[in-house]
Amino acid sequence: MFKIITKEHFSENVVKLEVEAPRIAKSRRPGHFVIVIDSAKGERIPLTIADADVERGTITLVVQAIGDSTRAICSMEPGEELHDVVGPLGRATQIRQGGTVVCCGGGVGVAPLLPIIKAMKAAGCRVISVLAARTKDLIILEDEVRANSDEVIIMTDDGSYGCKGLVTDGVESVICREQVDEVVTIGPAVMMKFVSLLTAKYNVPTIASLNTIMVDGTGMCGACRVTVGGKTRFVCIDGPEFDAHQVDFDEMIMRLRQ
Amino acid sequence: MNKNTISPRDAEWREELRKQHTARERGMIPRVEMPELPADYRVTTLTEEVNQGLSREMAVLEATRCLDCPDPQCVTGCPVGINIPGFIKNIQRGETGQALQVLRETSALPAVCGRVCPQEKQCESKCIYHKMKKEPVAIGYLERFAADNGEVPTEKIMASNGKRVAVVGSGPAGLSFAGAMIANGYDVTVFEALHEIGGVLKYGIPEFRLPNEVVDKEIEALRRQGVKFEKDTVIGKTLTQRDIDAMGFSGVFVASGAGLPRFMGIPGENLINVVSSNEYLTRINLMHAGTAGYATPVFRGKKVAIIGGGNTAMDSCRTARRMGAERTMVVYRRSEAEMPARVEEVKHAREEGVEFLTLHNPVEYLGDERGRVRAMRLQKMELGEADASGRRSPVAIPGAIEEIEVDMVIVSVGVSPNPLIPNNFEGLDVTSRGTIAANAETLQSSIAHLYAGGDIVRGGATVILAMGDGRRAAEAMHMAIQNK
Repeated sequence: MFKIITKEHFSENVVKLEVEAPRIAKSRRPGHFVIVIDSAKGERIPLTIADADVERGTITLVVQAIGDSTRAICSMEPGEELHDVVGPLGRATQIRQGGTVVCCGGGVGVAPLLPIIKAMKAAGCRVISVLAARTKDLIILEDEVRANSDEVIIMTDDGSYGCKGLVTDGVESVICREQVDEVVTIGPAVMMKFVSLLTAKYNVPTIASLNTIMVDGTGMCGACRVTVGGKTRFVCIDGPEFDAHQVDFDEMIMRLRQ
Repeated sequence: MNKNTISPRDAEWREELRKQHTARERGMIPRVEMPELPADYRVTTLTEEVNQGLSREMAVLEATRCLDCPDPQCVTGCPVGINIPGFIKNIQRGETGQALQVLRETSALPAVCGRVCPQEKQCESKCIYHKMKKEPVAIGYLERFAADNGEVPTEKIMASNGKRVAVVGSGPAGLSFAGAMIANGYDVTVFEALHEIGGVLKYGIPEFRLPNEVVDKEIEALRRQGVKFEKDTVIGKTLTQRDIDAMGFSGVFVASGAGLPRFMGIPGENLINVVSSNEYLTRINLMHAGTAGYATPVFRGKKVAIIGGGNTAMDSCRTARRMGAERTMVVYRRSEAEMPARVEEVKHAREEGVEFLTLHNPVEYLGDERGRVRAMRLQKMELGEADASGRRSPVAIPGAIEEIEVDMVIVSVGVSPNPLIPNNFEGLDVTSRGTIAANAETLQSSIAHLYAGGDIVRGGATVILAMGDGRRAAEAMHMAIQNK
C-alpha cells in the first residue's frame, strides 16, 4: 500500500508524487487533503491532494521540502512506500454552478487549487486562474491549469515570467475589469490574508483553504484551530475552506510560527 | 446475573474455602497495598508503569479477605456485572487461569480494566467491608493480577457462520464488540482511522498507567481468533456509507469515540503552547514525541498549567512532570471533593509533585511578543449551592484574580463527539449533543443494521462502560441477524 508510482521534480524543492491509494482516489473530492506518515517513526503531516486517478488507483501529491518530514518524502523514489496515507480528510469544496470565479494560487498552493479549477470549469463557471510565485521556476502545473481555465494570469515577484507583481495585482486587475462572483485562494497564509483584504474591499465573496499545523487530522487534537467569525473552528473537520473575510489571518500566521 | 458462570457460589470448592476462615479472621487482614515505583524515580520515565502489580502471595492473601457474600453487592457496582467473588475465590485457591476465565465471561479487556477502572466508585464502593468500617477488598488490583498472570487457554476458533460485520473504531467498545462477534462465528473487520490499533487506550492513556504491551496483547489475541484490522481508514471518508453498504456487511457497529477536545472560549486560548490534552497526549503517547528517533515534536513546558480535574487532566499533568516540567499546576474550578479524577490518580499526581489549584478558574491567558503564552489569570472561586449534577457549583469571588506565570497550558475540560460519522451517514439520528441516538437496550441506531456504543453514544464515559456497550451491541446484533 501507498507505493510511490511516479515522481516528477517541479523545482529543486518541489516534487510531484503519484501514490497508490485506491480507496482515497475513489472517494476524494476537490478540497480534500490527506495525512501522510513517511516512515515508522515519522510524524503525521497534512498534504493536499492535487489530483487522483480512479482507474490507476492513485492520488497525486505535490510536496515542498520545508521540514524534515517533507524533505524525507521529497527524497523518496518510485517503488518506495509511504508508511501511512489517511484520507480524504476535510470538507469538500462547494463547487459553484456557473458565474465567474477567480482561482488564485501561490507556490505549491496551486496543487490543491487544480482540482477546484477543474471542477468549477466542469460545472460551467468562467474560470480565471491567477498563478503566482517568486520567480519563473516556481510556477507549477501551468499546463494543467491552462487546460481547465478560460484565462490564466501569471504573476512573478521578479518579473521573470508573466507580469511582475504580486498575486493581488493580478486578482485586482480582473475584479476592476469584470464582474467576479467568487474568489478562491490557496497559498501561503500571508498571501491569502492580502487576497482576502483586497476582495473584502471590493465585496467579492472569497474562499481560503487553510494549511495549519495538524496532528491527527480527524478532529481529535485541536492543533489546527483558527478563529473564524470570532469563533474557534478546527481546520481539519470544519475546513479546510472558510469564508476568507471571516478568518483571523494574523492569529493563524502567529500560530504557524510555533 | 451470570447464571451460567463457570464459578458458581455453591461449587464445592467455594464452600470449602468459606469454611477455612471466619469472617472475623478475614476482616483482620489489612487491605493489600499496591507496590509502586518511587515517585522521584517515576517522574523520570514516561513508559514504566507506576503500579507494579501484586505478587502471588499478596494476591492470595487479599483474595482471602473477600467474605464471598451470599448476595455480593460488588457485582451490582460493576457496569458489566463481572462475577467478582467468582474470580477472586479462584485466585485464593491458586487457580489464576480460572479466575481469568471468569473475568473473560463478561469483560473483553480485564488487564485494561484492572488498571483504569474507577473501582473506588464502582465495585469497591459496594463492598460489605464499608459497613464494617473497614477498607474494601482491592478488587481492581486482583482483576489486574488475574489478567496479568492467568494462563489463557488457546482461544477457540469458531467455525464461520458466513456473515460479515464491520466495526468503526478500535477503542475499548470496538474491541469488545469484535471479541464477542468473532466468538459468535462472524467474519469481523475493524476499521481504525489512526495508524495504530487501540483508540484511546493508545493515544490517550499514558504508558505509565497502561503499557502499550498490555493493549497489544489483547489485540493480538483478537487477531489470532481471526479479527481483521484495517488502519488508516476513516469511515465516512476513506470508505463512504455507500462503500460500506456495498461491502456486504450484515451489521455495522460504530464506536468512533468522543474525539473532539473542548475549549473554554476565553481570551488568549489560541496562543502558542496552549494545547488540548488530546493534542498533548497524542503527540507523546501515540506519536512518541520526546522519545529519541521519533519525528513528532512536542513543547517541553517548564511551568505548566493543566485546566480541569478529570482523569485526562491527571494523565496530562503527570506526563508534563515526566517531560521535565518544574512547576505543574492543576487548575480546577471546584474543590478537590468534586474532582472527577480517580483518587489514585490524584494521589499519584500529588506524590509526583503536582500542585492543585482548586477553586480557581482561568479567565484569560496572556502572551509574549511572539504569541506564546506567558501567564494565566485565574478567578478565585468559592462553593455555592449544589447544582443539577448534585455537585456544589463554584461561584466567582468578586475581584479575586490572580496572575501566575506559565509557559504551557493544557486544556482538559472534556471532549465532544466526533462528527465524522454523524455528518457522513444519511438517515442516522443524532442527539442535540451530537451523539448518535441509540436504543438504550440494544444500541441500535435509526439505521436498522447500524449499532453504536461507547463515547459516540455516551459523550464521554469510561473504558468499562464502552466495553459493556460493545458486548451488549454484539448480543443484540447477533439476535437480530439470526432472526432475519
